Amino acid sequence: MKSARTVMWLALPPALWLTAFFLMPMAGMLLTSLQGGEGGAGLGLAQYRALLGSPRYLRELGQTSLVSAVVAGLSVLFAYPLAWFLAFRGGQRRALLLLILMAPGWVSYLLRVFAWKLMLGTGGALNQVLLTLGLLREPAPWLLYSMSAVVAVLVYVWIPFAALPIFAALERIDRSLLEAAADLGARPWQAFRHVTLPLSLPGVSAAFCLVFIPTLGEYVTPLLVGGPRGQLFGNLVQSQFQKAMNWPLGAAMSLMMLLVAVPVMLLLARLGRLDLGEG
Amino acid sequence: MAAIGGPTPSRALAAAAPRRWRPDAAALYFTAFTLLLYLPLALLVLFSFNASRTMAFPIKGWTLDWYAQAWQSPGLRQALANSLAVALGSSLAATVLGSLAAVAVLRFRFPGRRLLLTVATLPLVVPSIVLAVALLAGATQVNSLLAAAAPGLESARLKPFSLWTVGISHVVIALPMVILIVAARLVGIPRRLEEAAMDLGCSYWGAQRRVTLPLARPAILAAFLTAFSSSFDEFGTAFLLAGTRQTLPTYLYSQLRSAYKLPMVVAAAAVIIVASLLLVAATELLRRNGETRSEGA
Repeated sequence: MKSARTVMWLALPPALWLTAFFLMPMAGMLLTSLQGGEGGAGLGLAQYRALLGSPRYLRELGQTSLVSAVVAGLSVLFAYPLAWFLAFRGGQRRALLLLILMAPGWVSYLLRVFAWKLMLGTGGALNQVLLTLGLLREPAPWLLYSMSAVVAVLVYVWIPFAALPIFAALERIDRSLLEAAADLGARPWQAFRHVTLPLSLPGVSAAFCLVFIPTLGEYVTPLLVGGPRGQLFGNLVQSQFQKAMNWPLGAAMSLMMLLVAVPVMLLLARLGRLDLGEG
Repeated sequence: MAAIGGPTPSRALAAAAPRRWRPDAAALYFTAFTLLLYLPLALLVLFSFNASRTMAFPIKGWTLDWYAQAWQSPGLRQALANSLAVALGSSLAATVLGSLAAVAVLRFRFPGRRLLLTVATLPLVVPSIVLAVALLAGATQVNSLLAAAAPGLESARLKPFSLWTVGISHVVIALPMVILIVAARLVGIPRRLEEAAMDLGCSYWGAQRRVTLPLARPAILAAFLTAFSSSFDEFGTAFLLAGTRQTLPTYLYSQLRSAYKLPMVVAAAAVIIVASLLLVAATELLRRNGETRSEGA
């Protein structure tokens, strides 16, 4: 059939690319993670045994998962009112306002983190403000180089992206539902609680995932503002490839990271769909 | 930001905004938060003109020296050239591959359609460090297999640490974005138009070229610009994969540590920030132009 050949010409190039440069590397990573056992040659689970046997790695992975959940939760929390404002109060200018909100998100992520380093440093703007207000007597070095600095900067970085799916979900809500709620005597807060919020949950879970997944693999922000106490699991992985040069261990760690990411995504995808069904 | 509400909201969206716009808690929150989002970037741009080497208030005086220094830095120029090459190559590849995939998935039913869509969007949920690790491991595994099977092919190997792997990873990262942007546009182009062209004697590819492509062009261009700017700014995989070569973000990162080079880095950063904001605005304008034009048609 003619269309079968057409489809082949359309689908084959992207399929080949993804196979060669995404699926095969993933398989290569799995293979690498099985190497480097005690005997040297051959395949085995030595890396996984090392990972699971050491409380340090598991603790780091647990802490990083927690930090990612906190960052994702806070981003959604801060982004929700922004998205709500755009969807319900944005009026004719909503597209422009959305662009204004999203634009910083497209500015180099490294530079946005770096800009915060300037803000939080001992000579930075935040210290200056606190000094001027008399809240501090001398510049505080602790604003920078801590896990809270990492969390604050990551939330800042992700808020524009978290707002987007929430905005999309809020936009899709049929306004007549809110009118109906008002006609039936619901106060604005009740209408929000029982109509708007449940209907926007798919967007909320999408936003959560959109932040959670990259934060799980995050290593750049800790490098810049984390200091020794603000390191994440991604920094451990990175050091296997740049310092320790233990590729099999780094590959195994990367796969463990994916093992955390996949269930969270499936869970949230299900949550989003369930609530969509109810609505 | 004073212009946010404007005095007269349009009647067209009266249903969405039933009352006159008035400053309320949500509007204040939005305004304050948006300003906060821009504040660090604005400070960075401000400090790029600061005559003092230390990034602290009060500003000592104004200068353009750091910009001149950045412009003359050979390291920066090389990194910029590398970044432009990688971004151009990877975004072109991603745009072509992603547009093909979007047309295939949206216009045809074929075995493996869902699989293609799933695999193509999977990179969205893989942290970039994992992608980089996979490419390193994958390239090394394939190379060792090649070395065993065909020792003569040394020169054909894909070096794990190179701008090539950086570019490849950027294509993989950009593919889902391109597919989403182009597919969103294709949904709005009726198939009837293509079919009419083919009834009038066009071949399938002729109809694509003369009907679908022109209608989808703004979206394709927007997808290209999105892919370009995401590659140009990408740090997570580039830092691991570039090896001894440097892209602009990895170069800037390497210079951040030296207090001496910092003002120059800040000046370069200011240029990148302003350029990125302009690029985002242009992309959005293009996308919206395309939408309104086809709505009018």
